Amino acid sequence: MSASLTASLYLLSSVCFIMALRGLSSPKSARIGNIYGIAGMVIAVFTTLALPGVISFGMIVLGVLIGGAIGTVIALRIEMTALPQLVAAFHSLVGLSAVFVAGAAFYAPEAYGIGHAGNIKTASLVEMSIGTAIGAITFTGSIIAFGKLQGIVSGRPLVFPGQHLVNLGLGIFLAALVIWLALDESQTAFWLIVIISLLLGILIIVPIGGADMPVVVSMLNSYSGWAAAGIGFTLSNPLLIIVGALVGSSGAILSYIMCKGMNRSFISVILGGFGGEISGSSEGKEDRIVKQGAAADAAFIMEQATTVIIVPGYGMAVAQAQHSLAEMANLLGEKGVEVRYAIHPVAGRMPGHMNVLLAEANVPYENVLELDEINHDFASTEVVFVIGANDTVNPAAKTDKSSAIYGMPVLNVEEAQTTLVVKRSMASGYAGVDNPLFFSDKTMMLFGDAKKMCEDIVKSLQGSQH
Amino acid sequence: MNATNIAVKAMKIADELHNLYLPVADAAQKTNNIVISSSSGAGDNFVFLFTIFVLAVFIGYYVVWSVTPALHSPLMAITNAISSVIIVGALIAAGPEGWNLAKIFGFIAVILASVNIFGGFIVTQRMLQMFRQKR
Repeated sequence: MSASLTASLYLLSSVCFIMALRGLSSPKSARIGNIYGIAGMVIAVFTTLALPGVISFGMIVLGVLIGGAIGTVIALRIEMTALPQLVAAFHSLVGLSAVFVAGAAFYAPEAYGIGHAGNIKTASLVEMSIGTAIGAITFTGSIIAFGKLQGIVSGRPLVFPGQHLVNLGLGIFLAALVIWLALDESQTAFWLIVIISLLLGILIIVPIGGADMPVVVSMLNSYSGWAAAGIGFTLSNPLLIIVGALVGSSGAILSYIMCKGMNRSFISVILGGFGGEISGSSEGKEDRIVKQGAAADAAFIMEQATTVIIVPGYGMAVAQAQHSLAEMANLLGEKGVEVRYAIHPVAGRMPGHMNVLLAEANVPYENVLELDEINHDFASTEVVFVIGANDTVNPAAKTDKSSAIYGMPVLNVEEAQTTLVVKRSMASGYAGVDNPLFFSDKTMMLFGDAKKMCEDIVKSLQGSQH
Repeated sequence: MNATNIAVKAMKIADELHNLYLPVADAAQKTNNIVISSSSGAGDNFVFLFTIFVLAVFIGYYVVWSVTPALHSPLMAITNAISSVIIVGALIAAGPEGWNLAKIFGFIAVILASVNIFGGFIVTQRMLQMFRQKR
């Protein structure tokens, strides 16, 4: 195959990947988008296999079979509630494979046309070390994020004195190692870059609390793209550069949207230490009165209403309550109640997490609305059903300047006539902030497991049909 | 008198000009050689690759902003899958005959990237199949 044919096929593959992302602009075109993505990958792989340097296929076929089997089994078995940790785990693999590809390029530069071992071009060495560093940071960072999301590592931010200084020092050391490698092509420098970057990946993510995980997952998504682009520069491969740039900017935009959804700056998220601790100010307020209710009360209130808005949060995902919730909404719909869903941008542990869970429970996507689309409708709504959400419905974010979440965009739940809040206990949210909504006289608290509560409400609704 | 003086001066100036021209021509020749050698040598195409990179960042920026927020989870899954196109580098490393460290690295990277490719596209497909309209 001629070099220009190879380049053209790589271009075709790049266009397919762009079309794959373009398809996601609407749920209707999204499935075709995924097919474009698969087509792009197939073209990229077979074009590479036809390169003159690729002549031994045994290990390649074996590798694809092993990896493909593992990936297929995991993807088919994973629960939708566990998506965030799955995505984090997958990011770590991209990072690690970037490190291995860079290592291969370091030890066999001839295969990539970037010089000979011991005499690699300086520019290639710099690009290689940057790709390696980002890849290694992505690898360990994603593993820590996976651990936090899976509950293996504590979701609490781990902070120690001088943390930022240590990171800064390691960063400077890393830059010095890149220069060393570029000047000397030293194996020691290469492996030190790998080790220091692995360490940095851990240190960057440990201080970030559980509630900031949507930002972290998006950020690592972005990193995995930049790592691919870095390897693309090393190998002078435009396809890798284009895809890396697409993925990198995609993750960066998602991080930006998540930060905006929490009114946090990206820097403050990265510096970490936010959330996970109960603030001292909530003490002494425990004697405030909350109105409590049972499932039967909630069922009665909702079936009398004409409009209900459901606000799901991470608690719904934890309790796997989406199916019972959808059943409840369907029963209300049969009784003539208009039911819609309001999704806060940072609800859940990754961007769009709630939408996927509701889609899994067969909720039509027209009924699922974003904050901007629905926030004006709360005032004219009779009942709001908050399930597993806390900080995203906290009115203090609008009024209390001393609140840690002041300025964060929130759903105007308190404007509705009645608010029902399903919650396990009175514990505060991930930001560790008190929520005045719970103490409002328009609010009725429904204490219990989210799934159990929905099931009980469903029973009450069914009972009242007879 | 004046005419001969002027003629002499003119010749001097012409000589000086010629002297000035020589290093310029020399420099031009050298520059030319450098340009030729650099365009033929790989690795100096950084600016070319960087151009592609910047343009792709812009495409990514506009395409991703047009993604509906409801599909942000599938977006993450599919970007994850397509970033495994890094398998291209792994295949080149695993492709040659014989055994060396690079080939082992390539083999491992092929496995890792394959997990991602299959896992990423399948989980995206699973998610997208769930998004339904009203019946």
